[in-house]
Amino acid sequence: MKQKFDIIESTCVPLPVENVDTDQIIPARFLKATTRDEAFFGENLFRDWRYDASGQPKPDFVLNRPEYGGCILVAGKNFGSGSSREHAAWAIAGYGFKVVISSFFADIHKNNELNNFVLPVTVSEDFLAEIFATVKADPSAKLRVDLPAQTVTNLTTGRSESFEISAYKKYCLENALDDIDYLLSRRSRIEEYERSR
Amino acid sequence: MNTLFDKIWDSHVVDSLEDGPDQLYVDRLYCHEVTSPQAFDGLRSRGIRCFRPEKVFCMPDHNTPTHDQDKPIADPVSRAQVEMLERNAAEFGLHYYGMGGPDNGIIHVVGPEKGLSLPGMTIVCGDSHTSTHGALGAVAFGIGTSEVEMALASQCILQQKPRSMSIRVEGKLGKGVTAKDLALFLMMKLTTGGATGYFVEYRGEAVRSLSMEGRLTLCNLSIEMGARGGFIAPDETTFEYLKGREYAPKGEEWDKAVEFWRTLSSGDDAVFDREVVFDAAEVKPMITYGTNPGMGMPIDGSIPADAPAKALQYMGFEPGQSLLGHEVDYVFLGACTNGRIEDFRAFASLVRGRRKAEGVIAWLVPGSAAVARQIRAEGLDRELEAAGFELRQPGCSACLAMNDDKIPAGTYAVSTSNLNFEGRQGPGSRTLLASPLTAAAAAVTGKVTDPRELL
Repeated sequence: MKQKFDIIESTCVPLPVENVDTDQIIPARFLKATTRDEAFFGENLFRDWRYDASGQPKPDFVLNRPEYGGCILVAGKNFGSGSSREHAAWAIAGYGFKVVISSFFADIHKNNELNNFVLPVTVSEDFLAEIFATVKADPSAKLRVDLPAQTVTNLTTGRSESFEISAYKKYCLENALDDIDYLLSRRSRIEEYERSR
Repeated sequence: MNTLFDKIWDSHVVDSLEDGPDQLYVDRLYCHEVTSPQAFDGLRSRGIRCFRPEKVFCMPDHNTPTHDQDKPIADPVSRAQVEMLERNAAEFGLHYYGMGGPDNGIIHVVGPEKGLSLPGMTIVCGDSHTSTHGALGAVAFGIGTSEVEMALASQCILQQKPRSMSIRVEGKLGKGVTAKDLALFLMMKLTTGGATGYFVEYRGEAVRSLSMEGRLTLCNLSIEMGARGGFIAPDETTFEYLKGREYAPKGEEWDKAVEFWRTLSSGDDAVFDREVVFDAAEVKPMITYGTNPGMGMPIDGSIPADAPAKALQYMGFEPGQSLLGHEVDYVFLGACTNGRIEDFRAFASLVRGRRKAEGVIAWLVPGSAAVARQIRAEGLDRELEAAGFELRQPGCSACLAMNDDKIPAGTYAVSTSNLNFEGRQGPGSRTLLASPLTAAAAAVTGKVTDPRELL
């Protein structure tokens, strides 16, 4: 939830799967909750990849492998496609991820992450492949995500890439402000716009 | 520049933040029960009211059972979510169309049929298939729950303006080839992320020739190419569809509105950020074989050799396999993609003179109470029931299986819905997306069948 964002250094959880859709991030049957209980959604993140039908953890899935951890999720391209459900972003935040790195994000999901103080970082295909290779060789390898400088660095190889974020959203993340705070301050301007139509 | 998308978007920008998103005014907000509770909670915790309640329309659709809607919902969790929407609508003074009532249905079916979605509007809803309303010439797109809260609180959302894309489809669609096939064809060509970052304007003869219902189907699936939304400039088809609808302008207001709507088109000098052109003659009846809607092929084709192994393993298919003749367990007609009257007419037309195959379970779910009434008025219900089919009550149903309509693990469903993700129609379900005609062909033969052979 609302928290000031700065520089993050962490190990990461690799999910080298393309087109991860929001139905996989959080299946529809978990959307019946009527509160924003991130812990609940976090427990069910990637539910059907993570647990079998009887609720037992699937040992091969990355979230069940003890050697992987940290607050950075690294995923294949086109992450978060499909349903607009913000529950997917709540699940990612609820699990404890602060950053998601991919070479490509679906639009709605990207906004949903930003609105929940999870930073989506878009890197090149090439750099993404390098990160996957580094983490495969050494699960304890760390990445550094520097929001003020807008860079992400593979601390094992030293390779760094800059990423894009709008100045407004960066300000929001750095200061733990959300869009609604901003819009509420603009109500008289909105009324002016309505009169001008 | 000077595209219709620019015209509509720019005229709704209250302000642009420097190096940031636009503050975009929203003409219409739709809310369903799944993606709105936390937004209303947000208003309460901030101690604020809804800013423009008259512009907000709420209805439950995702959790509603498709039978016994006159009784309380049996699943207590679903019931709680539906009742919460009703309470929230009452507390904040919003329009509400309750389950089982004459106005209820899938939000993306009800909005257009009541004349609530109009040309030139900006329309949002916490649902990716909000792009459907683009068929009326509106800029309509799905948003997250935080953005629903923004729209409730201020009738605005903060949004980066997407780039514009023209998808032009020249020529005419062949016999037995529908808007659904065209959409699945475009997804096959462009892939499921191919239009990400863009807002699509559909153009060309094949698009112009579509009925309003066909246009709603095409625009519905814009999101499945990754597009933020997709729309079609309004024309006589649009005006004819809207005239006389409950919330459409009336009398002198109507004439004025049509005069304005006629100005809503991309200029001859319009420059799109991206333009693609396709030939409608290339489009055949389509079917999907994989676990995203871009994994589709002509129904008489074979699964590509390079199809992702993970998807084929889930579906129980092999590269190079033809799906024609593959046994089908379930058929689902419905959803915001294909739950309108024309879809039921198409399905019934193919069934005529035939019967449902033994062993196939078919769920026919109208998109709204109004569609159900029209089905009865045209006698399609009697015809379909005599052929062994069961008509259900309106809702999203097996499209995402939040109610009891779940496709069992390992079974195959030919479905007119929009998504074939793993587990989408129930844990372990295997979905083959197709048109209502192809669904009907599967229902009467019990196998994947080219509908052109039965027309």
